[in-house]
Amino acid sequence: MDRIPILKMGPFLLVTIQVDLYDRLALNLENDLITMVSKTEARGVLIDISAVSIVDSFMGRILGNIASMSRIMDAETVVVGMQPAVAITLVELGLTLQGVYTALDVEKGMELLQKKIGLNLLNNEEEEADEDDRNL
Amino acid sequence: MIVISKDSMGIIREQDVVPFRSRVKEYATKIGMSLVNQTKLITAASELVRNMLKYANGGIVTLEIISKNGISGVRLTFEDKGPGIKDIQLAMKDGFSTGRSLGLGLPGTKRLVNEFDIKSVPGEGTTVTITHWKNGR
Ligand SMILES: Nc1ncnc2c1ncn2[C@@H]1O[C@H](COP(=O)(O)OP(=O)(O)OP(=O)(O)O)[C@@H](O)[C@H]1O
Ligand SMILES: [Mg+2]
Repeated sequence: MDRIPILKMGPFLLVTIQVDLYDRLALNLENDLITMVSKTEARGVLIDISAVSIVDSFMGRILGNIASMSRIMDAETVVVGMQPAVAITLVELGLTLQGVYTALDVEKGMELLQKKIGLNLLNNEEEEADEDDRNL
Repeated sequence: MIVISKDSMGIIREQDVVPFRSRVKEYATKIGMSLVNQTKLITAASELVRNMLKYANGGIVTLEIISKNGISGVRLTFEDKGPGIKDIQLAMKDGFSTGRSLGLGLPGTKRLVNEFDIKSVPGEGTTVTITHWKNGR
């Protein structure tokens, strides 16, 4: 298998990583996700890594890339289900997943994304309102 | 210190990384290493094979189960015949990279495992040895 399926759920994209990714697969996922975000205008990306037992700096960089590219296209990224042993190891390794939100499970991740989108909508309205004020 | 079992594995391409990690896991499981310690060891090993592939076009890893004072551990030796490292002290610093990367591999690996040793001769190659004990101490 050379590709990981990406599921569209309303305004979100959901990816469940079920195996320890070899690099090619991880790079394909990065490309596919970014293409999908732009094509579907998704507002959020959920990546379920509960079955992933090792996140090294390569994998961490891929997750970071997905998040920063998605953000450019106005979508937030949440990584869900990180195993405690993986989290502990990442801290000691010194790898911070910049721009990546984390949540306990898919449900919590979904809630977090909804909140983020909601907030963004509010902020945009405020900005527009501010501009209106200025115009007056 | 005694060596209980020993094996080696050539690493020549990126596809070798995942099977290599499985092998390390096998060794760690065999001595009953806890999950957190296994994860630390495998992640450290993953960083070191990546360096071997990226900077030295691969190399050989020796895997050993060792025992010292009745405590068992896994020892991994990463040997390559790449360009070597000119300034090891600098290479061991967080954030130093000649590969336009994060520069976390070497210093992070040292933090993750119980024992870490690096030897490098410019023009000849690099050897990194790490040991992680069963209980992580
Ligand atoms: N086996 C090796 N042979 C030659 N040079 C090496 C080797 N391993 C590491 N180095 C040198 O040491 C530097 C630091 O390595 P380290 O793994 O800490 O960071 P990195 O590989 O550059 O980035 P990261 O591991 O975060 O992706 C490398 O940039 C490289 O110059
Ligand atoms: Mg490295």
